[in-house]
Amino acid sequence: MKLPAFDYACPATLAEAVTLLAANGDAKAIAGGQSLVPMLAFRVAAPTLLVDLARLPGLDRIAIGADGVRLGALVRWRDILADARLARAHPLLVAAVRHVAHYQIRNRGTVGGSLAHADPAAELPGIAVACDGEIAVTGTAGARVIAAKDFFLGALTTALAPDEIITELRLPAWPAARRFGFEEFALRRGDFALAAAAVFHDRAADGRATNAHVGVIGVGERPTRLPSVEAVFDGARIDDGVIARAAAAASAAVDPPDDIHASAAYRRALVGTMVERALVAAQQRDQP
Amino acid sequence: MTRFEANGRAVEVAVEPRMTLADCLRDVLRLTGTHIGCEHGVCGACTVLVDGEAVRACLMLAVQAEGRRVTTVEGLSHDDTLTPLQQAFRKHHALQCGFCTPGMITTAHALLSEEPDCDADRVREVLSGNICRCTGYIPIIEAVLEARSAYRGDGRAGDDGERR
Repeated sequence: MKLPAFDYACPATLAEAVTLLAANGDAKAIAGGQSLVPMLAFRVAAPTLLVDLARLPGLDRIAIGADGVRLGALVRWRDILADARLARAHPLLVAAVRHVAHYQIRNRGTVGGSLAHADPAAELPGIAVACDGEIAVTGTAGARVIAAKDFFLGALTTALAPDEIITELRLPAWPAARRFGFEEFALRRGDFALAAAAVFHDRAADGRATNAHVGVIGVGERPTRLPSVEAVFDGARIDDGVIARAAAAASAAVDPPDDIHASAAYRRALVGTMVERALVAAQQRDQP
Repeated sequence: MTRFEANGRAVEVAVEPRMTLADCLRDVLRLTGTHIGCEHGVCGACTVLVDGEAVRACLMLAVQAEGRRVTTVEGLSHDDTLTPLQQAFRKHHALQCGFCTPGMITTAHALLSEEPDCDADRVREVLSGNICRCTGYIPIIEAVLEARSAYRGDGRAGDDGERR
């Protein structure tokens, strides 16, 4: 469908963009538009003003430091996959982003757009939550940082105020020896996940898993960690039995929706399989 | 007014913000080689190059093209000759009704310009974002694989202007 009518502004500064959003109650920010434009086409969104963030300076940077990885809101999927440093600095992020959308979408879609859109099956919100990430935002009241677990409130719903713009996603530093797996099932590669799991853990000197993290997408209203699954292998020596118990715990922990793509029972089974495969992948990934 | 470059030509268009780049190319600039299928970013038929990168023209506003370099399927070939990629499509019967073809060609052109040594799996992955409802994908993939050789060397077969 053709898009509904709206006004358009392309401000040069963040302050100007925030002011425009604040002054127009139903304005929306647009970056790559890869989620918002379909929403407009379907009339799910009908803002009177679009504030294009394309010219805002400094938001297209990927910064890697001792405190972790910082992805500017205008960083595109393409930029993440092209940045060779990230293979070491955050391999889980790279593994997940390989599943994000199709080729053309990856040339336009952005970090900030994915977070703000908050699709329950989207990979980046899942990584943000699984990794205890933080989302930096700026509004008329100033800048604040929101923990990813508090940012996603439900399907397509976030803690972002109408006048706030996401500026950055911060992911904590990733130790080189960390073990991880990201497993996703979609009908075609690039489609939204029917279910996906991100798993990582560190290893104590005696070989036990520590710092267990399990995040899932596609099986609820929002991306979430699964503490009951983490408890299965945190402090354990991971073997086939532990992996099987973790998979069963994952299926038991989620309450997925029924929709045209998959039944709730199928998704429940699938998320167990994804956790199982991710744990197996983490075991097999020999770190230096 | 929105100013950008379309197939090497500077253009200036007066469009409503709600007009997509795809509609602007077709209805304002009469570059009807770009086809519009789903109009919500699923089918890939409207793929064009913006600054050398494949994008879905139905998911980009015409006003967002300001200052950019847009290349449509018309901009890939010159005069009456087919590009090596287009020749490969003909040789392999990689089209039937032809509706999806402009999107397939522009997408494959972007891919081969950047990755002239890509393998069949990579071609399949990239073209998974373009839907064909009649020919099927095997001849299309064969055509793209065959065209790779034309992109080795200067890697710039058929595109005008420079890539970022």
